[in-house]
Amino acid sequence: MSLIAIIDYGMGNLRSVSQALSHVADDSTRIEITSDKDTILNADRIVFPGQGAARDCMRELQNYHLVDIIRESAQTKPFLGVCMGMQVLLEKSEENDGVDCLGLYKGEVKNFANVISERDAQGERLKIPQMGWNQIHQKNDHPLWHGIESGARFYFVHSYYVQPEDDALITGETEFGIAYASAIAKDNVFAIQAHPEKSADDGLQLLKNFTQWDGK
Amino acid sequence: MGLAKRIIPCLDVDNGRVVKGVNFVDIRDAGDPVEIAARYNREGADEITFLDITASSDNRETILHVVEDVASQVFIPLTVGGGVRKVEDVRNMLNAGADKVAINTAAVFNPELVKEASDYFGSQCIVVAIDAKQVSKEGEPLKWNIFTHGGRKDAGIDAVEWAKKMADYGAGELLVTSMDRDGTKVGFNLPLTKAITDAVNIPVIASGGVGNLQHLADGVLEGGADAVLAASIFHFGEYTVGQAKQHMADQGIEMRL
Repeated sequence: MSLIAIIDYGMGNLRSVSQALSHVADDSTRIEITSDKDTILNADRIVFPGQGAARDCMRELQNYHLVDIIRESAQTKPFLGVCMGMQVLLEKSEENDGVDCLGLYKGEVKNFANVISERDAQGERLKIPQMGWNQIHQKNDHPLWHGIESGARFYFVHSYYVQPEDDALITGETEFGIAYASAIAKDNVFAIQAHPEKSADDGLQLLKNFTQWDGK
Repeated sequence: MGLAKRIIPCLDVDNGRVVKGVNFVDIRDAGDPVEIAARYNREGADEITFLDITASSDNRETILHVVEDVASQVFIPLTVGGGVRKVEDVRNMLNAGADKVAINTAAVFNPELVKEASDYFGSQCIVVAIDAKQVSKEGEPLKWNIFTHGGRKDAGIDAVEWAKKMADYGAGELLVTSMDRDGTKVGFNLPLTKAITDAVNIPVIASGGVGNLQHLADGVLEGGADAVLAASIFHFGEYTVGQAKQHMADQGIEMRL
């Protein structure tokens, strides 16, 4: 039996991600939504989701005493950050007048509203939050992209985006007024801004790849 | 290339069953929400909307089971509307697996509900449904009001002003239905759609009146909509969602194909 722990820290509904993983995982994989430290530490793989505001996410991670556990997991086993669970891996976010985040990677979370204009180069209105299906252009080969074409569309809902200092972290790029990092990866960590659990077949493929990934 | 426009098939659900004929050759049970949602997903629907039209309040819970069943099988965004009156109703639908909840009449009688729900759950999951009807006479400047009770009662509220207010109150998206056009198959009310898309900076879904694929394209090209919703043209097998997307893409609209 192998265990995938979906970290529950009170931020958003984790059922969708759990159901999507159950849909693609093989019979020997158990999926558990949990806040329990020992379960997380003993799990084989970690999914770190999240929605809502950066300040609330960081506050709840502290309230649930999960900050160190997440840092440790992100250094030791296959780890998938989704949406807010990607953003808080960086040093800080511009949201809520500035929030210190987990700081696994150097860089910042920026507000689209401060960066992009009202229309893109083709004259399309850019409404914030970005809500809907946009393309992810793969910047390199990664086991989690297996079976997914570069340029495949994923479902996004967000107003902020990550800007890592090290460009080498960027494994997926998306255009919304600007080209931004929609997926980052380093060692055993892969993090994505889109919602694979809501991104039809390509999203399911990514989750399936994760259930089989050894973190290398 | 960037964000795609969306096509959203809409299903009416009564007591847990899809109603208003769905004629697909590969569907065994025309009333089964899971089977129909899965079919639309295969065709490339970008989202699916369920509208609960269950009359009896005793059977309100049935929609939650529908959402649970669909969400465990179909992995695209799901919107649920109909009968949402309290924050509690929003929570129940989100917990059942809905990604967005549409608030309609309750927003008209209690606009604070939109504020409360979006504060609590985030704007991204709150859709305000606006049912509008033209009230200006011929020769007068165009004007639309909000109507309730299935389009029978004029609430006396200007639709464009209402759209702005709902955006201010935290709606993440607006579902704009022309009650004059609903069921007519003559196309969206494009001036209404355009007036609202011009007035707000949140996504707008055009609804009501679709009879052919060009109507869908016009909703985006002329109405400025971010997404288009239709029911009957898909349910009766006249067109597939895939055909609709291709038709729109052929006119230069960015789509997920």
